[in-house]
Amino acid sequence: MEMLIYLIPISLFLGGLGLVAFLWALKNRQYEDPDGDGQRILNSDWDDHPKP
Amino acid sequence: MAMVEHARPAACPACSVTPMAEELAQVDAGNGSILLSLPTIHCAGCISTVERGLSGIPGVRSARVNLTLKRASVDAASNVTADKLVEALEGLGYPAQELDPGVLSSTATEKAGRDLLLRLAVAGFAMMNVMLLSVSVWSGAADATRDMFHWISAAIALPTVAFSAQPFFRNALSALSVRRLNMDVPISLAILLATGMSLYETTQSGHHAYFDAALSLTFFLLAGRYLDFRTRAVARSAAEELAALEVPRATRIGAGGDETIAISDLAVGDIVRVRPGGRVPVDGIVRAGSSEIDRSVLTGETLPVFAGPNSVLSAGEVNLTGPLQVEVTAAGADSSLHRMAELVAVAESAKNRYTSLADRAAAIYAPGVHLLALFAFIGWLIASGDARLSLNIAVAVLIITCPCALGLAVPAVSTAASGRLFRRGLLIKHGTALERLAEVDTVVFDKTGTLTFGQPALRDADAFDDHTLSVAVALAEGSAHPLAQAIVRAAKDRAVVPAQLDHVTEIPGHGVEAVLGGKTVRLGRGEWLGAPAQHDTTAWLKIGGESPVCFAFDDSLRPGAEPLIRALKAQGKAVHLLSGDATGPVETLADKVGIDDWKAELLPEDKVAVLDALSADGARVLMVGDGLNDTAALAAAHVSIAPASALDAARVASDVVLLGEDLEPLSDALTTAKRATRRILENFAIAACYNAIAIPIALAGFATPLAAALAMSGSSIMVSLNALRLR
Repeated sequence: MEMLIYLIPISLFLGGLGLVAFLWALKNRQYEDPDGDGQRILNSDWDDHPKP
Repeated sequence: MAMVEHARPAACPACSVTPMAEELAQVDAGNGSILLSLPTIHCAGCISTVERGLSGIPGVRSARVNLTLKRASVDAASNVTADKLVEALEGLGYPAQELDPGVLSSTATEKAGRDLLLRLAVAGFAMMNVMLLSVSVWSGAADATRDMFHWISAAIALPTVAFSAQPFFRNALSALSVRRLNMDVPISLAILLATGMSLYETTQSGHHAYFDAALSLTFFLLAGRYLDFRTRAVARSAAEELAALEVPRATRIGAGGDETIAISDLAVGDIVRVRPGGRVPVDGIVRAGSSEIDRSVLTGETLPVFAGPNSVLSAGEVNLTGPLQVEVTAAGADSSLHRMAELVAVAESAKNRYTSLADRAAAIYAPGVHLLALFAFIGWLIASGDARLSLNIAVAVLIITCPCALGLAVPAVSTAASGRLFRRGLLIKHGTALERLAEVDTVVFDKTGTLTFGQPALRDADAFDDHTLSVAVALAEGSAHPLAQAIVRAAKDRAVVPAQLDHVTEIPGHGVEAVLGGKTVRLGRGEWLGAPAQHDTTAWLKIGGESPVCFAFDDSLRPGAEPLIRALKAQGKAVHLLSGDATGPVETLADKVGIDDWKAELLPEDKVAVLDALSADGARVLMVGDGLNDTAALAAAHVSIAPASALDAARVASDVVLLGEDLEPLSDALTTAKRATRRILENFAIAACYNAIAIPIALAGFATPLAAALAMSGSSIMVSLNALRLR
């Protein structure tokens, strides 16, 4: 049962990581244009070098 | 995200722009930022073509396309005008239209949505973790281990409840402060009591803690709130988009020539220029020029009216033939905005009289639950004398009867139903519109612009000989007047070749004049050509000294009007037609579509009076109208629908906006609304069933946190699945 001392914080930390990732995505407006982002990846405009 | 894929409504530019996005667009209304609506973009290629095309224009700093909203926002120097961008995009093959960023101020809505989503995410995270810890307790953790799990749960649950359940606490407080009970009062009480009692039990190393129940209650109810919010936000942003398509600008004749300025900057006494085909932007008096004015949106008349110096014009009328100079008598911010605010207030107060199903359910539910919990406490206190046990059972009763399913019952259904109607081209703007729509037994239509397009078509085109028609079409070709355009269309259908004319001149306000082989030919108003007065919409053709020939016009019907009225009658609804137009055209149209109850030449107040009389007889009236003369009636009706082509004020006053041209979706809206209401009632029944089983168990003291968790998730999932059957 001593394992719980490690396992519970680890599981909470991993869950919290997911939460933070979601909040980060929300804050960075990644849900603003879901259609456009899906299409933009097919775009070959900046394949050779990054957009200046 | 499945909803995004299905959210392509009918093929009209304004509505395919509308988003079903997770978040509303972030609109940078900052300096030099131009917003364009691009209804036809659909692929990766479109994005890069448009962005590259826009960036190539000198002065443009950056351009970004939002495919979900079908918009492009352009950051440009102040000398770059929207017209220039639109022109460039037309050249690339993408029709574009400027949007007014001022109207699309979605930032406040967006912030509220983000806030709810944040609370939902935190509640979801906490619920999952506490549920996992609870599983260990339910499967037999005892003594010190159980206490430790409870303490960890408490450490997660307390801050989460304090943060995520805030919307409920706030609503409950505001309801209590005006001495009313709403659904949030039992919700807040259940959450607070469950958390408080669990904390006390934890300090006493008790067996049962309800942290998971408190958190899942918060999570499910927040999910319901969020659904509700999103449905409304989508409708609101789509309605805003419609409004933003009409950029409020006017051409002012200043000291240094013409200048284009915002309507809000106009002052009384300014002179504005109104081009033929343009909408009159302000209330005013004609100072120079003469023309004909189409005031169908204001009065319902299809017959254009002559306007010369000193004629009084109101905002919203359309100038047809000649350029006019209009002196402003009431500037935009004063006249139309004021009128609008008044109408909105009227509409709101009328709509507030309706008690929604959810409120009615809460009115029965909230006191019932509290009394039940109180009785459980008193009963057990008398029977056992153990205050702690009695409190435990009372709290278990509160949790088990939690309005979880009730909180989801209405939003889940209205989200599914509005989504379905949105795909058919109907925007549900008001929260209780669906419920009110389901009660409708009488439908009242306006004529011009609603059942018809307000666009004329030549009657009996085959009755004219080729010579007459060829002269008429040759005269009509050069004019932008709708009647002239109708003659051109009719002639095109018959493949008539226009005659050769010389010296074609348009005489604004009267008609067109030309010379045909030495004879003067004229096409225009009856009075100008000395023709007898007519009730119908007519234009006259006079060739030399011959007596004038009459061209009569009908308003062209909207597609789906006839099937809609047939469907409504088949559903057993009474159908009325109320119009401000003259008796002749109204009667013709009523016969054509099969409406027996019609009234013509009504003033806006008359329409309201008719509606009031109908509702005094107990009828639930659905008003369908588009003009300013309908606005008061739209607000007075039990529920109202306006087409997207309607005036701003009419759209604001109505509960539902029809985005496409076809009227047929309206009958579907009525049936969907009926089914939605039935689903809501079914959902209430499901929730009641769960309670009927769970309450005796809780009262008997057999309820455990496990039973509470099962009952809660079980009923919530059942309710959501039942709602999804509407899609």
